[in-house]
Amino acid sequence: MNAAPAIEVSHLYKSYQGTIAVDDVSFDVAPGEIFGLIGPNGAGKTTMIECVLGLRSPDSGRVRVLGLDPDADRERLHQIVGAQLQQSALPGLLKVGEILGLYRSFYQNPADAGELLGVLGLAGKLKKRYMSLSGGQQQRLSIALALIGRPEVALLDEMTTGLDPQARRDTSDLIAAVRDRGTTIVLVTHYMEEAERLCDRVAVIDRGRIVATGSPAGLAQRAGGSRQVRFVPSGPFDDQLLTRLPEVAGVVRNGRQVVVSGSGDLVSAVIAALTLAGLAAREVTMESATLEDAYLRLTERGPHNGGAVSRQ
Amino acid sequence: MSIRSSLLPAGTPRVAFWMIVLNESRISRRLPLGLLTGVALPTLLLVIIGSKPGYRDPSKVLGGLSEFNAYVPIFLAMVIAALAFYGLPVPLAVYRDQGILRRLSVTPVPPAWVLAAQLVLNVSFAVLELILLLIVAMTGFGVTAPKSAGGLVLALVLSIAGIFAIGLWVSAIARLRTAGLLAALCFFPLMFFAGLFLPRAEMPRALLDISNFTPLGAAVQAIQSALLDGFPPIEPLLVLPAYAVVFAALAVRFFRWE
Repeated sequence: MNAAPAIEVSHLYKSYQGTIAVDDVSFDVAPGEIFGLIGPNGAGKTTMIECVLGLRSPDSGRVRVLGLDPDADRERLHQIVGAQLQQSALPGLLKVGEILGLYRSFYQNPADAGELLGVLGLAGKLKKRYMSLSGGQQQRLSIALALIGRPEVALLDEMTTGLDPQARRDTSDLIAAVRDRGTTIVLVTHYMEEAERLCDRVAVIDRGRIVATGSPAGLAQRAGGSRQVRFVPSGPFDDQLLTRLPEVAGVVRNGRQVVVSGSGDLVSAVIAALTLAGLAAREVTMESATLEDAYLRLTERGPHNGGAVSRQ
Repeated sequence: MSIRSSLLPAGTPRVAFWMIVLNESRISRRLPLGLLTGVALPTLLLVIIGSKPGYRDPSKVLGGLSEFNAYVPIFLAMVIAALAFYGLPVPLAVYRDQGILRRLSVTPVPPAWVLAAQLVLNVSFAVLELILLLIVAMTGFGVTAPKSAGGLVLALVLSIAGIFAIGLWVSAIARLRTAGLLAALCFFPLMFFAGLFLPRAEMPRALLDISNFTPLGAAVQAIQSALLDGFPPIEPLLVLPAYAVVFAALAVRFFRWE
């Protein structure tokens, strides 16, 4: 990577009245990258976003966005950075078109409002008051406002929370298109499939720390071990037929269905063993490790003391 | 960050300020609470008091002034106080509470612009209402034309500056829970010194001295002299700008987005 990072965060530390919210966090986001922050509620993701936006001053550490210090250069930063925040709202008595006109006037080179509204499914709502929009429509308007200034960097804090699956998919497509025009994007999300689809890299955050960073596929692979094959056998067989295979870690019967978990080339090994025993496998489905598996493993809590039990 | 760059950042289009004012005026048209309490109510009170029998007769206690004449400057000051202490801070406290200011805080708009836009709107309402009140008092209730028209304009302008600056400071720090209380803590004691409950002409010397140094007392003193005697004395014309400078600086310094 030759270009300077769009966002640099190094050794960021922030606490509120003795509670540590962000604990020595460092990460870089490359220009044009989509970077995801995932982690449990209260892990510190929003505080990190707020420090990057200059809404909060870090206790220590360094933040640079496009070379600017968010603490000192707030207005210049906000001219080129768009944001969608949680716990923010717009005046209920203003109409959608009026709000867009207002926010367009804040920027030197604003985007075409019509195009954004079309993609976000708000084209027919220009004359509706903000207070009469549904929650999902309000959410989509706030995404439009984050992008209306043609930002070089967009920070989106749970942009798709509260949207139905179709709107979520449309919003993902919009973000991908905005990135293709060169915008760097940081998104906080609780939807793992969204992070898998959109993000070039994700950071898993737990208790104010980054516990893992990598591509979604890379993290899933590192979580490993949780590959599963499900099938319905053509006839009865003894579990030992499969459990003695080196690839197989466990066999569970679920009515007619057999669930085999393991690692390596699990499917081929299972099918081969069944074929040798003169059996066929029907309705075969496979599940490989996902980002969600990685996320759950990395942020796992002990049942009694609330402590993390597995962190590699 | 210098004051200049925090008030007038280079990158933010200036038209954004007028767009904020325009949209705030749309909101107050759609929910005309400020217009009703700040503009319609004082006029109504003036008409009621002016219609009470005996109120327009000269009074010995007031040095030959009718009660109505004594009340006109107090009402003028009250219009300014109502809009400055209620009209200005309450919408801002609601915006802060609902996260509307939080959203604006991640745009290139400086916080001072949000305060200033509310200020422009409420000062406009105040000017409208002051004119309306003077017209009603002079045409409907026989109040004579001001002795010093220029003095009256100056007195009103300085009163607006001093009293609205205090309102700005309240707006900058008030939360939704505290806005009403802070407004009342400013409004009622200051209206007392303006003579709403005890006319200044009846105040003991010590009380009057204090009154002269309060923003609303100084406002009434200046407005009353311009209406009845001529160009106002210098003291209130210095007291009012002093409040304006101090509280405007405090407002910009202590403004909170959330």
